[in-house]
Amino acid sequence: MAFYLAFKEIWRNRGRFFLFSLVIALITTLVLFIAALAEGLAAANKEYLEKLDAQVIIFQKNVDLSANTSQIGRSTLNDILRVPGVEDIGAIGLSGGSLILDQSGNRLDVSLIGIEPGKPGNPDITAGRPIMTSRANEAVIDFRIAQQADVGIGSDLTIRTIQGTEEKFYRVRVIGITSGQQYLFRPSLFLPYRTWDDIRPQPSTNRLNSELVTNIVAVRLVPGVEIDQARADIERFVSSVEAVDLKTAYEAIPGYKVQQQTLNTQQFFTLLIGILVVGGFFQIQMLQKIPQIGVLKAIGASNLLVGAAAVIQIILVTTFGVFFGALVTAALALGIPGNVPIVFSGSTVAIAVAALLAIGPIGGLVTVRVAVGVEPLMALGLSS
Amino acid sequence: MEPIIKTNNVSKFYQSQSGLVRAVDQVSIEVFPGEFAALVGPSGSGKTTMLAMLAALLKPSEGQVMIDNKDLGKMKENDRVRFRRERIGFTFQSNNLVPYLTVQENIEMMLRLNGTLSAQGKNLVKDMIYRLGLEERQKNLPNQLSGGQKQRVAIARSLIHNPSVVLADEPTASLDSERAYQVVKLFSDLIHEQGKAGIMVTHDLRLCIYVDKVYQMMDGKIERVLSSRQEIDDFIACG
Repeated sequence: MAFYLAFKEIWRNRGRFFLFSLVIALITTLVLFIAALAEGLAAANKEYLEKLDAQVIIFQKNVDLSANTSQIGRSTLNDILRVPGVEDIGAIGLSGGSLILDQSGNRLDVSLIGIEPGKPGNPDITAGRPIMTSRANEAVIDFRIAQQADVGIGSDLTIRTIQGTEEKFYRVRVIGITSGQQYLFRPSLFLPYRTWDDIRPQPSTNRLNSELVTNIVAVRLVPGVEIDQARADIERFVSSVEAVDLKTAYEAIPGYKVQQQTLNTQQFFTLLIGILVVGGFFQIQMLQKIPQIGVLKAIGASNLLVGAAAVIQIILVTTFGVFFGALVTAALALGIPGNVPIVFSGSTVAIAVAALLAIGPIGGLVTVRVAVGVEPLMALGLSS
Repeated sequence: MEPIIKTNNVSKFYQSQSGLVRAVDQVSIEVFPGEFAALVGPSGSGKTTMLAMLAALLKPSEGQVMIDNKDLGKMKENDRVRFRRERIGFTFQSNNLVPYLTVQENIEMMLRLNGTLSAQGKNLVKDMIYRLGLEERQKNLPNQLSGGQKQRVAIARSLIHNPSVVLADEPTASLDSERAYQVVKLFSDLIHEQGKAGIMVTHDLRLCIYVDKVYQMMDGKIERVLSSRQEIDDFIACG
């Protein structure tokens, strides 16, 4: 009976309810795009670190987990490898550079990542083969580079970096392609570690006496070893390092937290606006229906029935609006260029949709309270 | 024969800033099956409060309200809601009908509320619609009906679930004289035919030509009871 009343009212006033559903659909679209933007921007920042085949990342101590500032000498690597619970480690070098796309000088900014063959830090390969030596003029590239530079396996790439005050150009051959591996908003280009060390931007071209250093170290633990325990052991046995889990590592990327907090705040306020809009609409509608509800109660409708009808109506309208908005979002998403950092991941969309579905009942709580509080005596123009 | 409606010295008091208000004061009435009574009196005489107690919407402060030998004052809230749904038919002055339900659906609603909308129930609704001359209007919404048609639908709804008691609160307030007579006559005919106990609150004495008994109220008390045709006709004639 509650569903019957709720549905009949919606159906007989479908124009009004459809227009209101459009407002919910609009809010849904906004929330989903903000969520997807947060996801896309986060991925653009952290994708490589998040997907690492390691559990712990080691930084130099007292650098505030800044990967670019962190400098870990090769001699320290052996100390780390001897820590109980550590299965394997991989030195990772991080820097930026540009790919020269054509003769006219068009460039594509990339993250240059130096990795050791077969060690933690190597990305999953979706085509071609992984890096197998420590020095070779070959590279594994993020699929985005393949798309944007229109290159594939066997193609030659020209990398431009600044060393000292000079522009340097290096040619490498593409041997493998990976899934998404962005870092610091740039697609990644993986190089054998020593090749990376030659290519990376440096303050001076004179590096004959400098020790080979790495920015961070990826640590794969023996299965079953607790991450916190391993971190504590590493910091106890190895001097001047700071060991953190992956989440802590990518949350320390400059601007990452602030950016995510900003987007989450936007999302929160959009949902809050949604709650107020839904609450306001149903509240106004309920106030108009008070005499009618008084009659319904006077002829024997229970509070449960009246309250349930209000809740069902709110749920139906909200659900329609949210799914309509999700469809519109999906349609719009098809037209978004690939370089726009918007990512609709299943879990993010599911959480956003669940939150959006919840705004109806939350916004309608006051309405239900009003409906339940209407006195049947109102039908006779009396009140208790 | 036992009365369906019986009140014994029923009173309703309110506390107001100026003290205790006796809205209804020691009123005793009886209405038998197939009998249609009118509660008349000026504004503030207590007739609507009396109707609210008869409808199990208000608990009396003192005395008893008995319907079908059940003491409404002793019922719990949930039982009173169910009692209203099953045993009482109600027609109001306004806002009678659910605006988003058709004529047929409004009449069916009492059967739905009681969980008795079977094929037989649907036939009853069709018969009632035919009886009230609403067959052309059965798919219309209330805003497509005239005032008289709306009240006829309300009367149908108040009777469709076979209640013991039918109550009407100023059912003709929004109608012109001709429509008002038609509506009250219809009400009266159905109550007599179906053996219900009916009470109508009205301030329009002319409509009492269709009732069997008149309770005239004043200041919360029953001032006069008219139970013969001659007494009622004289009362109407005197205005």
